[in-house]
Amino acid sequence: MEIRKILISFKLCEITLFANLHTNQNLQHLRRFMNRFTFLRSLFLAALFFYLLNNPIGKLPPLGKILSPSEGFWQNEKDEITTGTLELEGLKEPVKIHYDAQLVPHVFAQNDLDLYFAQGHVTAKHRLWQMEFQTHAAAGRLSEIFGKKALEHDRMQRRKGMVFGAENTLKDMAADAETIALLDAYTQGINSYINSLEQADYPVEYKLLNYAPEAWTPLKTSLLLMYMTDMLCGGDADLEYTNALRLFGKKRFDAWYPDFFDTLDPVVPKETSWKHISSTMTAVPNQQTPLDIIAETFEKPHPNNGSNNWAISAEKSYSGNPILANDPHLGLNLPSIWFVMQLATPKHSSYGATLPGALGIISGFNKHIAWGETNATRDVKDWYKIQFQDASKSTYRYEGTWNTARIRVEEIKIKGQASFLDSVRYTHHGPVSYDASFKGRHGKQGYAMKWVGHLGGNGQRTFLELNRGKNYEDYLAALQHWVAPAQNFVFAAADGDIALWVQGDFANKWKGQGKFLMDGSLAANDWQAYIPKSDNAFSKNPKRGFVSSANQYPTDQSYPYYVFNDGYESYRNRIINTFLSSKNKLDLEDFKSLQNNNFNLKASELLPTMLAEINRGALNTKELHMLELLASWNYDNGMNALAPSLWTEWWNHLYKLTWDEFEQKDVALKKPFTYQTIYLLKNKPNDTYADIVATTTVETAKDLFLISFQSAMSVFDTWDAKSSYKWSKYKGTAARHLLQGLPAFSRFDIPIGGEENSPNAVTHDHGPSWRMIVEMSSPPKALGIYPGGQSGNPGSVYYDNFIDTWAAEDYFEALFMQSTTDTKHIRSTQTLNPKS
Amino acid sequence: MIRKLSNLVAITILAALLAQFLPWWSLMLASFAVSFFSVAKGSASFWVPFLAGALLWLVHSFLLANANDFVLTNKMAVLFPLQGNAALVLLVSSCVGGLAAGLSGVFGKECRLLLDKKK
Repeated sequence: MEIRKILISFKLCEITLFANLHTNQNLQHLRRFMNRFTFLRSLFLAALFFYLLNNPIGKLPPLGKILSPSEGFWQNEKDEITTGTLELEGLKEPVKIHYDAQLVPHVFAQNDLDLYFAQGHVTAKHRLWQMEFQTHAAAGRLSEIFGKKALEHDRMQRRKGMVFGAENTLKDMAADAETIALLDAYTQGINSYINSLEQADYPVEYKLLNYAPEAWTPLKTSLLLMYMTDMLCGGDADLEYTNALRLFGKKRFDAWYPDFFDTLDPVVPKETSWKHISSTMTAVPNQQTPLDIIAETFEKPHPNNGSNNWAISAEKSYSGNPILANDPHLGLNLPSIWFVMQLATPKHSSYGATLPGALGIISGFNKHIAWGETNATRDVKDWYKIQFQDASKSTYRYEGTWNTARIRVEEIKIKGQASFLDSVRYTHHGPVSYDASFKGRHGKQGYAMKWVGHLGGNGQRTFLELNRGKNYEDYLAALQHWVAPAQNFVFAAADGDIALWVQGDFANKWKGQGKFLMDGSLAANDWQAYIPKSDNAFSKNPKRGFVSSANQYPTDQSYPYYVFNDGYESYRNRIINTFLSSKNKLDLEDFKSLQNNNFNLKASELLPTMLAEINRGALNTKELHMLELLASWNYDNGMNALAPSLWTEWWNHLYKLTWDEFEQKDVALKKPFTYQTIYLLKNKPNDTYADIVATTTVETAKDLFLISFQSAMSVFDTWDAKSSYKWSKYKGTAARHLLQGLPAFSRFDIPIGGEENSPNAVTHDHGPSWRMIVEMSSPPKALGIYPGGQSGNPGSVYYDNFIDTWAAEDYFEALFMQSTTDTKHIRSTQTLNPKS
Repeated sequence: MIRKLSNLVAITILAALLAQFLPWWSLMLASFAVSFFSVAKGSASFWVPFLAGALLWLVHSFLLANANDFVLTNKMAVLFPLQGNAALVLLVSSCVGGLAAGLSGVFGKECRLLLDKKK
């Protein structure tokens, strides 16, 4: 508008001048004036246009920069196939990077320093924007890119102590000479790539958001590890449970949230003996749960973050070689969270999935061993109510005296505005995340967090050692460095050993500790000790011939340490263990079919009851027809089936209706878990939970089945054709770009079956983010796939080329190169030379 | 006519050269310089650089995108949004290049005229 006004006023000036021309006798003078005017006008227009093209306007990026063929997005129209030779400062000897048909880089270096230098360089080449973005997100620095709208997110990250935890991790990495040397080399490698970039070479996201990459630092690697730690063990429901305890009382709370479910198929087989454990269990102190009213809590990690892994012994394997499988379930994002590589020196060579930003292979194998992880869910985050002495919040009550709180000032830089300063108090527990200034208590109260994520530790070393590991002893030694997030590390060796350790730092809690908010002024409520790592649950070469984990209970009730249900998965593990037990010998096809298994055990355990109990007399013809469709279902969530959509809709309505007492304003609550809900519906159908609060009549489970069925089926009335409620259409699986799901860079309606509790745990936005199967032959044979592609560049065909293969239950064969000259299947090679 | 043609060629070549080491506005600079040293008459002072800029950006971006099967251009056509039409992205892009060159061309000519008058 402004621009148009200015242009119009120029035009008016011009007209007035021309009108005056005839009356003015001094033509010469006027012409000069006119020239000056047209000069000014051309200057104005050229300057204006330059300004408009060089700066972001509204939501548009700077158009000149982004549309210019010499530096704009056109420069990102590249498949990223890489060749040639580079001379890089910091390298000691030449490094070869061979790329195969999947754009998997096979890095061959002469020594470890060069190897991790090259890993950094090559990862940055394909995934720079993602690496930096994820660490910015972890560090609470998104406001620097997006402005004030990201401030709430950034404050949350700072108040969780993400940077505090990353600094502690870095301290522990720096204390180990080898780790820090390799981390420095990795950092140098990334920076050798960043420093070679001009505007034209920046990943397209930088161009769209109009910013530039900054130098990588060791702290950023630490932040990436925190990003994973937060994703995998940053959730808890202590405050929600506190609300539930206050609202519903202890009796109902215990019935709805039992420590253990009635069915159990734990990670470590039930018959395992715990006789070797000699530590003293922590005694239960005399204390009271503060029954506060808590309105709002932090956003939690995705509840489906989890994974499957298993390994079978030589005896159970078709070939006599142990076979291992791993599929971590995470948010389906593009660029994908994983980047596949081979990392080789003359001394060791490993292949598998890396995390851009961290060193080494995270889930993979070398010629001696294979390893993979699933999340070992456990309550490792507790909350303490803090009473400050006065409004300055500089001291807090502890054991009858006032302890000094440390103040950490978090500076959050905001694009185009002054920085936001957030003063976060740190108690001996940890940061006071919630207080008067953030989602929290008024005045002098606050809630402090105690979290293993803040403990530091050198988990990076675990992977460095696994990459070069040769046997069970090396695996066990590598695991001793692991602190958080607790993982079920599965293991298989060419020499025949299989094992699985539930590894991480866990507090030795008193029974009930940390389920609810605790009084932070009592020393007895503090974490008293940690479980010695040797007492962590594990299984080595069990009689059943396999080890497996799928985020279920680590052990049964006989494990002497206190464990309670903090979101254990109750279905995938049983499907997997049943399958693995069902055959004497298993082959790679069995493994594939298990990873892609869509069986809906959950539905199979409740639907027969629902079908038997529902009052058919109240249903119309159409509803009866849908009921028949469900009755004839084989409980397979295949992508083309209709019944899974009907079941899911029915179940969602039923679950919501069952827990209608949880629909409360301004109270943070977490509804009971699916497994317990189904248990109650089947075994306690007339209990008070089934009553609908809003009605005057008393409902039972039978009534809930009918009401929820009718409301659920009405949803399908508005669907035009049967084909539109095919399971994959109804589910609508998508892999979304990390940048708020930017549709242009995302993939929608991926044709794939499965559901959250089937081994193939694909939901609309979540699922197996890397599927790997390794047979420990000599050399190992491996299959891999993930829902993304090797390139982080949306302009590359390798950006999302794995998605269709992944959806089609297929894999690529891993090319495990035996030497740098073994280049038969290599498409291109890049050489990195030391700068002379 | 010859001057128009030579200006067109000169701007295109100079802009292509400057783009090797200068940012996107190298096009404006090239157009300014050529128009300053070789003044065009009337509306040609706009249209000639406009054509040069539009042509340069069109051909260069087409070559880059075509070599990669328009993978990213198709996505940018969704992002901007231009109905997923890659041709429209090329058109918009070349018009932007054209306008940038055209406007700085007029400015180049006006600078020259102003200097000439002062002498």
